[in-house]
Amino acid sequence: MSTTNKKDLNNKILHRRKYKRELYIKALNYFLISLGAFLMIYPFIWMFNTSVSPLSTLWQEKDHWWQYWIPAGFEFQNYYAVLTQKVLPFGAAYLNSIFVSVMTTLGVVFTSSLAGYSFARLNYPGKNKIFFAYLATMMIPGVVTMIPVYILLRSMHWVDTYKAVILPGVFTAYGTFMLRQFFMTLPRDLEDAAKIDGCSLFGIYWRIILPLSKPALATLATFTFMGSWMNFMWPLIVLNSHEKYTLPVLLAYFQSQFHTDYTMLMAASMMYVLPIIIVFIFCQRFFVEGIKLSGIKG
Amino acid sequence: MNTSKGRKIFRLKNTTKEALSGYGFLLPNFIGFLVFTSIPVIVSLVLAFYKWDLLSRAQFVGFDNFIRLFTEKEFWYYCYNTIFLMLAIPISVFGSLGLALILNRNLKGAIFFRTIYFLPTISSGVAIFVLWRWIFNTDIGLFNTFIRGFGEIIHVPLQGLPWLTDEKWAKPALVIMGIWQTVGGHNMILYLAALQGVPRSLYEAADIDGANSWQKFWNVTWPMISPTTFFIVIMSVIGGFQSGFDAAYIMTGGGPNHSTTSIMYYIWENAFSWHHMGYAAAISWVLFVIIFCFTLINWCTGGKRVYY
Repeated sequence: MSTTNKKDLNNKILHRRKYKRELYIKALNYFLISLGAFLMIYPFIWMFNTSVSPLSTLWQEKDHWWQYWIPAGFEFQNYYAVLTQKVLPFGAAYLNSIFVSVMTTLGVVFTSSLAGYSFARLNYPGKNKIFFAYLATMMIPGVVTMIPVYILLRSMHWVDTYKAVILPGVFTAYGTFMLRQFFMTLPRDLEDAAKIDGCSLFGIYWRIILPLSKPALATLATFTFMGSWMNFMWPLIVLNSHEKYTLPVLLAYFQSQFHTDYTMLMAASMMYVLPIIIVFIFCQRFFVEGIKLSGIKG
Repeated sequence: MNTSKGRKIFRLKNTTKEALSGYGFLLPNFIGFLVFTSIPVIVSLVLAFYKWDLLSRAQFVGFDNFIRLFTEKEFWYYCYNTIFLMLAIPISVFGSLGLALILNRNLKGAIFFRTIYFLPTISSGVAIFVLWRWIFNTDIGLFNTFIRGFGEIIHVPLQGLPWLTDEKWAKPALVIMGIWQTVGGHNMILYLAALQGVPRSLYEAADIDGANSWQKFWNVTWPMISPTTFFIVIMSVIGGFQSGFDAAYIMTGGGPNHSTTSIMYYIWENAFSWHHMGYAAAISWVLFVIIFCFTLINWCTGGKRVYY
């Protein structure tokens, strides 16, 4: 009797120890992950801090180091200054960026889904060879085609137009490949039924394939939109006039103009980053799915 | 008799119709693909053997561009810079794995943390580089004020570092920024997916054998996720060779004294600052060959299992 009691007690102590140990580990995990999260987010908070500080107090000598880490004031004057300064049209750049990103996204989704449907479902001579060519060019880095495409656009006098920014990004082998892979997984029954009912091939694409592929299309659209919104190098190369600049190019130019006026620079950066963060919070699911897809592909 | 003949004609018509629509559906993408991808690739290869400044007539120079490239001291220095900047990759991959391991333990608010860790990736681009130029500011940047504050606490007058203005420190500064940018991004998500794909039965078997958590990680988790690690490393290396332009353009202008000029930056300088079109095309082909080697490694080992 007494031995079993002792065993029970021992077990209890052991359990409690284990429980305590697990609690410590859990606490440590939370601590580490929160510390990391702080390091990730603090630069953004600092960006905001600087953007609401008056320039005059920003550079003042301070007594303690941490005073540099908090806002040196609170006013939205800098945002107003960014929007109203006469040197660079910030509002126009916003519209330009939205226009370029939306057009690129629409173009990519439309042409890639058409081509993807063609590769996935229709039969015609030479299909496999063309598809192989698509796959082969997916390995070629963008730098290789950058120079000839610039020369081509230049010879067509398209430099400094939106066409030059948008068109080279519209016809992606990657989008076509991704959508083809997705279309292949769709069941054929619905299409067969539609065919029997006399639906045209375009009707099948438009009324059956596209609605069934909403998640894949949304993933491709989100990625394309983000990529286009952040694209810096290509618009920098093909755009010359200030009023046509997209936001990243404008921001870079802005920096060269107001080199040390960090309050204004941070206000402008804030306005550039916020929309993309909001889009991300709403489209997070598509992002995560898209990344997983890219991992499986490899 | 009649019906079978009719059916035959019908079938023939159907296949040609299908073929025609097949080409039709492909056409918009295919034209763009020819104009903006396939033909430019060939043009670029031809251009690599020419000397051309966009204004005068292009001049055939044979292998001169490549010979000049490989004998030029600068090019090798820029290769070294590019590889130095890739030091961020191993550190950030280990960080991603650690974060994924923690997030995989059913913590409350995992999605919230994931969102925060993803912020640098999502907002990467010019704004982030402008921000980090400010963070690395020598006088009152985030880093140097912290270092000075730390010096006050331990009673050593630390002055902070001239991050972006000194040849020695510009590259490490960009590496630090690179780690911050990539540690919680794509790689963490890929690791999370991989961790969730490890069969539970393996852990149960390890439990029965009395393995502790370190042994479980080293003998079960690590081998099971090794394909993901391999994929991430190869992809990061391929991306690393092509990166370095945006950050250098915004933060350092490739300097000080060319210490942050990467291969990409050099290509851009040649093509669009100095209009050495042929030379730039030649560099881009060398870059392509380097990347292609890594793609091949990925393909050749991709089929085989990396673990066991």
